[in-house]
Amino acid sequence: MTTTTEVDLDVATYCLRLGDDALVLAQRLCEWAARSPQLEEDVALLNLALDLLGQARSLLTLAGVREGRGRDEDALAFLRDEPDVVNLQLVELENGDFGRTMARQLLVAAYAVPLWQALCASTDADLAAIAGKAVKEVAYHLDHARSWVVRLGDGTEESHRRVQAGFDEVWPYGFELFEVDPLLERLIARGVAADPAALQQVWRATVEEVLAEATLVVPETGWRPTGGRSGAHTEAFGYLLAELQHLHRSHPGVSW
Amino acid sequence: MSQPQRPLSGSPQRPLSGSPLWEVFVRSRRGLSHTHAGSLHAPDAHMALRNARDLYTRRQEGVSIWVVRAGDVVASSPDEKDAFFDPAGDKPYRHPTFYEVPDEVQHL
Repeated sequence: MTTTTEVDLDVATYCLRLGDDALVLAQRLCEWAARSPQLEEDVALLNLALDLLGQARSLLTLAGVREGRGRDEDALAFLRDEPDVVNLQLVELENGDFGRTMARQLLVAAYAVPLWQALCASTDADLAAIAGKAVKEVAYHLDHARSWVVRLGDGTEESHRRVQAGFDEVWPYGFELFEVDPLLERLIARGVAADPAALQQVWRATVEEVLAEATLVVPETGWRPTGGRSGAHTEAFGYLLAELQHLHRSHPGVSW
Repeated sequence: MSQPQRPLSGSPQRPLSGSPLWEVFVRSRRGLSHTHAGSLHAPDAHMALRNARDLYTRRQEGVSIWVVRAGDVVASSPDEKDAFFDPAGDKPYRHPTFYEVPDEVQHL
């Protein structure tokens, strides 16, 4: 058995963060099952969720390997309590109406595209391999979100009002996407992680372009909620986690 | 110019969901033709193509998709079936079955 180094632990935490983002957003999107505006959109949203779940599985598995404590993807997904789950608060926000879900999707996807593009060149070969697959998936996620935001924003009076309200609600949570802490600084210096400063420019340009095309305005707010990376979550998160974990916890080791 | 006699599937142009119906054609591999895969609702061509991708190529069924508004498809009528298709029934000489294909000929 190889020795776990400091770098391994940093990479494990980084993978855990990205994996939790994907896992939690997948769970949220699953809530649309059988509730979408159209049957076609039901399948589309769950396709996105399945992509994200696949990313989460790869990332949590890699996190478990690097951590070296014998935890597999299931142990990490189903057996951590709320303070140990380190996703961004943006991805755990409740779906709201379809407009708000699409607003959240756009903010996440416009970040995920440059993130995974950058990680394709990560000095960590395993992470770069995951990125190589994810980058194609999130390109479609951005296309999907962009298509809907433009149609809702530049659609009817009601769709415009509702998707704008959705952006107003989720916008403050976007700042957390680009926070940097000492762990991230170490990984950026090693060429493992993507630098949020570079991502933010691309993100901002993408989001502003889509909002302009959708005749929506960029929300202005000074409120910057934060804390997801250190396990602080919104009130709704406990219910999400309970639904995600209860089967595995009630029936340990259960499988299809 | 007259309207199509009967839209494929006979559905109204704008059903309750508010989106028109589209027919989806998928080409499974290079070199093959697009084949009718099914239909779906979408507000416009852009979304129809994306819905088709999500509904009909989930299992790598395709490398190319066409979508056509169902109302733009002009279909033959079941009432005309006899006149359209029966006359071909007794003309076996139209089938290339009266000569030997040499063994050397491939890809036929």
